[in-house]
This record gives sequence, structure tokens and C-alpha cells, in this order.
Amino acid sequence: MPLKRFLPLFIFAGIFIAFIIGLSLKPGEIPSALIDKPVPEFSLPPLQGAGIGLRTTDLMDKNNIVIVNFFASWCGPCHIEHPALVYLSKIQGIKLHGIAYKDRPKNSLSFLKSLGNPYDKIGTDLKGRVAIDWGVTGTPETFIIRNGIIRYQHIGPIHQMQMDDLILPIIKGLQQEGAS
Amino acid sequence: MIAELGHYLLVLALGLAVIQAVFPMIGAARQDGRMMMLGQPAAYGQFFLSFLAFLALTYSYLISDFSVSVVARNSHSLKPLLYKISGVWGNHEGSLLFWVMFLALFGAMVAYFGRGLPTSLRARVLSVQAMVGIGFYLFMLITSNPFDRLSEIPFEGNGLNPLLQDPGLVFHPPFLYLGYVGLSVVFSFAIAALIEGRVDPAWARWVRPWTLLAWIFLTIGIMLGSWWAYYELGWGGWWAWDPVENASFMPWLVATALLHSAIVVEKRDSLKSWTILLAIIAFSFSLLGTFIVRSGIITSVHAFATDPERGFYILIFLALVIGGSLLLFAIRSDKLQSGGLFAPISRESGLMINNLFLSVAAAVVLYGTLHPLLSDAFFGVKSSVGAPFFNVVFSLLMIPMVITMVYGPHLKWKRADINGINQRLMAITGIALLAALMVFYVTYGGAIMPAIWIGIGIWLLLSTVQELAGRIKLFQVPFKDSLRRLMRQPRSSWGMSLGHFGFAVGLLGIVATSSWTLEAQKVMSPGDEMKIGNYRLTLKDVVPVAGPNYTAVRGILSVAPVGGASFMVYPESRTYISSPITTTEGAVKTTIAGDLFVVIGESQGQGRWGVRAYYKPMQVWLWIGTVIVVLGGVISLSDRRYRIGLPQGQKTSGKVKHAP
Repeated sequence: MPLKRFLPLFIFAGIFIAFIIGLSLKPGEIPSALIDKPVPEFSLPPLQGAGIGLRTTDLMDKNNIVIVNFFASWCGPCHIEHPALVYLSKIQGIKLHGIAYKDRPKNSLSFLKSLGNPYDKIGTDLKGRVAIDWGVTGTPETFIIRNGIIRYQHIGPIHQMQMDDLILPIIKGLQQEGAS
Repeated sequence: MIAELGHYLLVLALGLAVIQAVFPMIGAARQDGRMMMLGQPAAYGQFFLSFLAFLALTYSYLISDFSVSVVARNSHSLKPLLYKISGVWGNHEGSLLFWVMFLALFGAMVAYFGRGLPTSLRARVLSVQAMVGIGFYLFMLITSNPFDRLSEIPFEGNGLNPLLQDPGLVFHPPFLYLGYVGLSVVFSFAIAALIEGRVDPAWARWVRPWTLLAWIFLTIGIMLGSWWAYYELGWGGWWAWDPVENASFMPWLVATALLHSAIVVEKRDSLKSWTILLAIIAFSFSLLGTFIVRSGIITSVHAFATDPERGFYILIFLALVIGGSLLLFAIRSDKLQSGGLFAPISRESGLMINNLFLSVAAAVVLYGTLHPLLSDAFFGVKSSVGAPFFNVVFSLLMIPMVITMVYGPHLKWKRADINGINQRLMAITGIALLAALMVFYVTYGGAIMPAIWIGIGIWLLLSTVQELAGRIKLFQVPFKDSLRRLMRQPRSSWGMSLGHFGFAVGLLGIVATSSWTLEAQKVMSPGDEMKIGNYRLTLKDVVPVAGPNYTAVRGILSVAPVGGASFMVYPESRTYISSPITTTEGAVKTTIAGDLFVVIGESQGQGRWGVRAYYKPMQVWLWIGTVIVVLGGVISLSDRRYRIGLPQGQKTSGKVKHAP
């Protein structure tokens, strides 16, 4: 059994390892076109009952840094990200809103019931129409907003490490910007 | 109700696929004829069930049943009928169903037409085909059920992305999928041959038409996609080295190599394990092509929202199919003994060198496509190689490749006389050199490569014609005899001549359009003029128009070519009702010398409009060349050898059955 016959298999194994690593990477981390743009116009129904759950004016908060998180109960990384969001929601001067992306309200509710609800207001984007305007390619995705202007877009779950190194510094920076 | 029925049919088809996978394989190992025989009815039944499931989904689209999740997400009640139907396979879940249905159809075709095959080979082929099918059924049922219902039924569907509402794109995905799925048969034959431990010319005679069929579909599919990009995306580009384009190009390159290496197996009983490897790789690339977009591993303009559950399943599936078959290859391929020997300069060598370059080309595309992933995964660096990388590497790789194409058909089997060929090619080599020099002179000061490439293209064109002329002894015997010889050429050699001729025509088009495209843009009010190349454009008016599911502005421009009659063009910019996306419908005036491509852009206020114009020299040559190539493939597919192969096989089937 000459070794060279195994060569194709070895090459494939190499590519395959890259695939496995790649599945946890975020190739989509490209600067968003929406950075420094005002938040898109939208108005979404709440998870329960009729009326309005979340709309553009909710994000025009002058006193707080606003964070909008696209989530779904069917999305595994959203479960992973959840504690980070709960942590964020407890910080002073932050308003965290959620948009349930292509998710049945019933499932979103039980998801939040079992893991806790960190969101101030929630809109349901059943068809994913609003997500298109936000340039969302998948869940979870998180936007940091100040004075109705999108300042940062995070694609994929917020890991604990990124929380300290990335997210919190950004928020702190924006808060100082507001103070000065 | 219909959707539930469809779901149920899918589960039943999975059951039959399991039977088709298990029993014939065991039967072939034990030489148990009854167990092997189970393969055919299972294959027919599996196709029947998956076809019914496909009809069920189509029905849900036709009646706009928005309680079915995929229909709600991808269809719209106002959509024209054609796009309702094409919507069935225009999304992740539906395309999987489409895939698996054709996988089952091709399995059934092997069962039906393969009556002349050795029983154990046929049983194993059907079994492997069903194993691949099982992977698809499970993928669908576990992660992507096309028949999922919504608990709350929306009043209206999401609509199909307007960019995709185009006749060119209705047929682009199905042809690609047919190509991918067609390669599954070749793959099944390769795996079956590895298990049998036997590859012979008869095997190659079976594999080649399937390769050819898949290759024709792939070629058409890629061309349609490219053509669509050209006139729909509004920047006149036809190839961008996007990961998804590459994903369809890689199996095409490998299938092209396979097409040529199978000839060597068939005629000379050589290059066997290489051919088997190519068959495995071709299908592996098809799977990668089908899945690479859906896993979210590589970003692409084609990417649709992905979720990790699918990515995980896809990886397992790829590991089993590709890893498993390559492992089998590693263990079993030394059983395949090579027959015919050949000299370094011979038809066999020519085909081998061609295979080498095609494979290197495929490897380059694979590397370029995976580069962002590889560098990110192994070095933590985000980088990607763009179109310039591919363009440079490809234009260098293609030179020796085309030289092989010039010489190859002139070479004799076993041993060829290179000096004699050089002498015969002298005249056309001179003409090609002259052409290159002329282009160099006319474009003096510009790049040198285009001139070289035009020369090479003309060289190939003439060489292909000369080879055919030599075969029919043109000008050596009376013209009537030549004509009779021409008519008697086997269809497979017609296929070769047309294939190479079409390639040369397309090559010339590619070189011209990518080297000498002109571009101009201007903000115009009615009455304004702009110049591009030999054309003078005047914007006459801009008017609103209403389509069935869009509104549009239409520019009315008159175009006056130097020394020709003037004509009108009507580019449109459409805004769709269901989703606020604007698409451009460029106006294209095609001549054999080049395309004039006019696009109307956004309103600049005060009745002024952005107008862009391109002049693409010899663009139409690319499409004509591809059509000639496809025609060559179709003619070759109808060759006597393959048609006669069937009844002949039937006659001898009794004898073959008892062979060990």
C-alpha cells in the first residue's frame, strides 16, 4: 500500500480541520455599511398581544447607550450569548432591546422564560424584513447605538472575552463621548 | 394536508433508500442474486416517492400556501407563474429536494439502462447512489424540512429576491444541480469499481457518457449564471471569482479532466486509479459546491442566512462521503492494474498533461476559495485573494494547457512523431504569430499579454480546423470524398473538434472583453450626449413604466454609431413591490464585434439621471463559444458507441453475470 495513495485523504483531512475551525469563526466580520448611520425606520409588534413592541423612536434615547440584539430561540449561539446579554442589561446607562428574528413568539417567550429576559423592549421580526434593513445576515447580531446613530455592529455571539476587551471599552468610550 | 403528505413521502423514500443501500451491497458481497435484485425496484420506488414529494411542494407553491414555511419565506401571491415554479428550487430546502429527486432519478436510470452491466457492479452502484441519497434525506428531515408549517399563517409571502426573478436564473440552478447530481453516478461507479477491485474499458464506456452528461449540464449551468450576471447585475461583468462561482467551476474543471482521462481508460486500459480519483474528487467538489454556501464557513455574495446546526450536519456528511471514499481509494486502488504502456510523446501523454493542468487549475481555485478560511483557521489572519490572483494564475496556467490542446489531437496513440506535427503546424503557427504581432502593433503601449493570448487563441482555432481537415483528407482527395469522410466521422470526434473549436472561440472573446472594455458614465438630462468608443449616445427621455410586480423608470436613448444607422436602446431601473430592491435591466446592443451595454442609474434630481455605458469587445464570442462547446458535448453523447453499448450489453449479459 504505497503512501502516496493516501495523499488525497491527507489533503482532505487538512481542509476538513480548517472547516471545523472555520465553523466557529466569523468570516463575516467586515465593517458594516451602517456604522455611523442613523438606525433604520421600523416598527415591530411585541411578543405578546397587539400594538408596538419596538420601534425607531425607542432607540433615540438621549440618556442611555442603546443596544439592539437580534436573537432567536432556534439559534444555538444565542443561548451561549445569553448570559453576556443579562450581564450587559444590568450595567447603568445601558438600554438593551431585543428583536426576535424569524422566530415563533411562543418559542421566543419560552426561551426568555427559561434563561431570563434581559431586554427592555422586544420586537418580533417574523419574516426577517426589518433585519434586512439592518444588514443582519444571521443571529445573533448586536448593534450599539448612541443618539440614534449606529456606532458598532457585532456579528455572532458576544464571548465573555470579547465583553471585556471589546464591548465594554466601546460602551465606555461612547459614554465618555456623551459626557464631554 | 398536501404538505404533510409530502413530508410522509420523503420519509418513505428514505426507507426505500435504506433498502437500496443495504441489500444490494450485502448481496453483491455474498453473490446473492435475489438480494442484489432488490436494488432495481427500490431505485424505481425511491424515485417515484421523491418525485411525488417534489410535486407536493410545487403544488404548495402554485396555490401559494403560506402556511408552509418555505413558501411563505420565498413566494408571493403576485409572483408570475414561472417564478412560483422556479421558487420551488430557489431556496435551501427546496433545492435539497430537487437534488435528491434527481439523485433518485439517476439511480433509477442506472437501474433501467444498466441491465447490461455485471449484476454485482450494478448492485453496488445502486447501493452507493442510495447511500448518498440517505445523507440528503436525513439532512432535509433533520435540519431543513421543506414541508415545515408555520403556526401563524401570514397573509402574504416574503417574495423572491427580485434580482433572481429573471428567466436566465430560472434555469441556472437546476442545470448546475443536474450537473452536480450527474457526477454522483460517476462517483457511484468509481466506488463500486473500488469495491469490486476492477476497472476495465467497459467500465469506462459506462462512466464516460455520465461524465459527459453531467459536464454538459454544468457547462450550461455555469454559462447561464455568468450570462445572468452579465446583463442583470448592471456592471457588465460575467465572472467575479466569487466562492460560489468557484464552487461550480471546480467540479467543471475536474469533470473536464475526467472526460479526457476516461478516454485513456476506455481506449488504452490505462490511467485507471487516476480516473477513479478524479471521479471521487469531481463529486466531492459537487458536494462542496452544494454546501459551501449553506454552512456559513465562507462568505459570498450568494450566501443566505445560515444556521450552525446545518453547518455541523454538513461537515459530518462531507467527512463520511469524501473522507470515506478517499480512504477506500487509498486502501483499494492498488488493486487496479494498469494495462497499456505509452511513450512520453503520445496521445496518452497529451491527455495526461491536459489532466495535470486541469487538476492544478482546480487546486488553484480551491486554494483561492479556501484561502480566507485557511488563513483565518490556521494563522488567525483575515485575508482573501481577489480576482487579480485568479486572473494572473489562470492566464499563466492556461498557456501550456492550450498548447497541449493544439498538439493533443494531432498526436497518435502509444507513440507520436512530434517533428512531423511541428512541420504540419508550421503554416498555422506562422499565421498565429502574425496575428499576435498585429494585435501587439495596434495596441502598442498597452499590455502585452492580450496580444499573446489572441495569438494562442487563433492558433488553437486553426489547429482544430486543420486536424479535422487532415482526418477527412481535405484537398488530398477529391472534395466529394472529403465530404463523405466528413459525414462518416464518429460523433465523438465531432464532439472533440467542436469542443476545442468552441473553447478557442470563447477564449478569444474572453481575452478581448477582459482586456479592452471601455467604460463611460455621465449625469445626463434629456438632450445630453455622451461618447463611448464609436458610439454617440443621446438621452431622449426618461419615462415611468409599470410591470406586473414592479415599477420602473425607462431611459430612452438613441445611439449613433460612426458610419452606421442609429438605433434606440431602453435601459430600465426596476423597483419591486414586494421588497424594496432596485434592479437594473441594462440595454445591450450585441454585434459580433462587441456589445454596447447601457445602464440607467439613479435620479440625480432636477430631471437628471446617471447613465453608464460599456463597450465590451467580442463579448458575444464567449456565449457563442460556450454554445459550440455544449453542442459538441451533446453530439458526442449521441455517439454510436454509447447507444450500441446498451443492446449489446443485454445480449452478453447472461455471460457477464457468471463472470467472477
